[in-house]
Amino acid sequence: MLTVLDPGPLATVQDLGRPGHAALGVPRSGAADRAALRLGNRLVGNADTAAGVEVTLGGLRVRAERDLLVALTGAAGPADIDGRPVAGGEPVRLRRGAVLRLGSPVTGLRTYLAARGGVAVQPVLGSRATDTLSGLGPAPLRAGTRLPIGLQAASEPQRWEAVSLVTHGELRLRVVLGPRQDWFTAAAVDHLFTLPWTVQSQADRVGLRLAGPMLERGRAGELPSEGCLRGALQVPPDGAPILLGPDGPVTGGYPVIAVVVDSDCDRSAQVRPGDHIRFERA
Amino acid sequence: MRLLPCGDTGLLLDFDSLDETLAWHATLETARLEMVEDLVPAARTVLVRMGSVATTEAARRAISALQPVAVADQVVRAAVELEVTYDGADLDEVGDLTGLGAGGVVAAHTEPLWRVAFCGFAPGFAYLVGGHDRLHVPRRRQPRTQVPAGAVGLAGEFSGVYPRSSPGGWQLIGRTDAVLWDAEREPPALLPPGTTVRFSAR
Repeated sequence: MLTVLDPGPLATVQDLGRPGHAALGVPRSGAADRAALRLGNRLVGNADTAAGVEVTLGGLRVRAERDLLVALTGAAGPADIDGRPVAGGEPVRLRRGAVLRLGSPVTGLRTYLAARGGVAVQPVLGSRATDTLSGLGPAPLRAGTRLPIGLQAASEPQRWEAVSLVTHGELRLRVVLGPRQDWFTAAAVDHLFTLPWTVQSQADRVGLRLAGPMLERGRAGELPSEGCLRGALQVPPDGAPILLGPDGPVTGGYPVIAVVVDSDCDRSAQVRPGDHIRFERA
Repeated sequence: MRLLPCGDTGLLLDFDSLDETLAWHATLETARLEMVEDLVPAARTVLVRMGSVATTEAARRAISALQPVAVADQVVRAAVELEVTYDGADLDEVGDLTGLGAGGVVAAHTEPLWRVAFCGFAPGFAYLVGGHDRLHVPRRRQPRTQVPAGAVGLAGEFSGVYPRSSPGGWQLIGRTDAVLWDAEREPPALLPPGTTVRFSAR
């Protein structure tokens, strides 16, 4: 058991999400930076499907109610156990009664706390992920939330080279053009690839609003709502694209000019408002 | 059918009509292609999402080789009967917009057998088609910040029932006590795609 003393700005339980229910209107959800959660799970010997805690902009304080083995991955920043600094990217003992505290990350946005045995809250539709859009899964963590930690783990803790995906400065994301690039002018398609995009303050698990040149439509009318994927660059009538995140809606009515390739979506989870993104063709 | 790219794990199948879309969704459901993780039917499209990037090309070939099943051969799920109290906040306005009057709206809503074309917006929110053309109304200009669970609405060619309290822009004509969504139930949605629905006035 882990007791939450302070969740920081936003902390949620996440795993690899609940695929297979999109036809019923259920978003996939799951860790925004799946690679970071996967690494954390491997460091403590969990299966890749185990749930951990996704911490947004640090600030988390938790107390162990029994001896635990934990690991921090993703956005790196100061962290300590009862005042003694701890490193990310490696398994760490958290003794019963000890308090783990995360400061603000130096770069990146989301840090993952994995615990050997995994966060063992009740799954909903096969997943323990908190879906902030549709309200499925456990509520975001609050002071006083008690998180059960499983007693079984998949294997012994493993050594893994902690390759950080968190980058400084401009992030480059590869996209596949379409499915609705023909709804835009040639200039808009050109602007998408040639100019930098700035992440706006409306940035959460549902999507990132981007500022840059207006992406002008080449045709009038409304698109009937259609299925959307994480990574889709949806363009509302104001011409400013929204990059859909893990809790993005299952369907949307704005044309999608391009979609970020799956393996680059994790890196988009670590950008902060004010950061710049450039898109390139996959 | 047009096959449009959707990232490196998705294909968007684009059609000219809702009927063709429904036929292809039923075809894909029946085919159960092993590389497919999610199918998302919508008004004119079916999004096919693969579990891994490596299988997208194989899925494209497999889908291109499929023949759509005839509507008559599609699996029809048992009809669900929904009892509705027709006292929605927009009932009179819908009566004015359609020229049917409130009573006429209720009659037109309870007469046909509706069918779930697709879900979206929220878990278990079903877009029902098959209603009278005369019931087509625009969304409210100003969406409500809170629509109660069980509210029955109209928008465009669709009717729908809000599975839980949420913001919403549909014209509300009534309410039902039916539980549209229960994560503990299998399937959790009362009205998955393909379900037929008959409304009755209470």
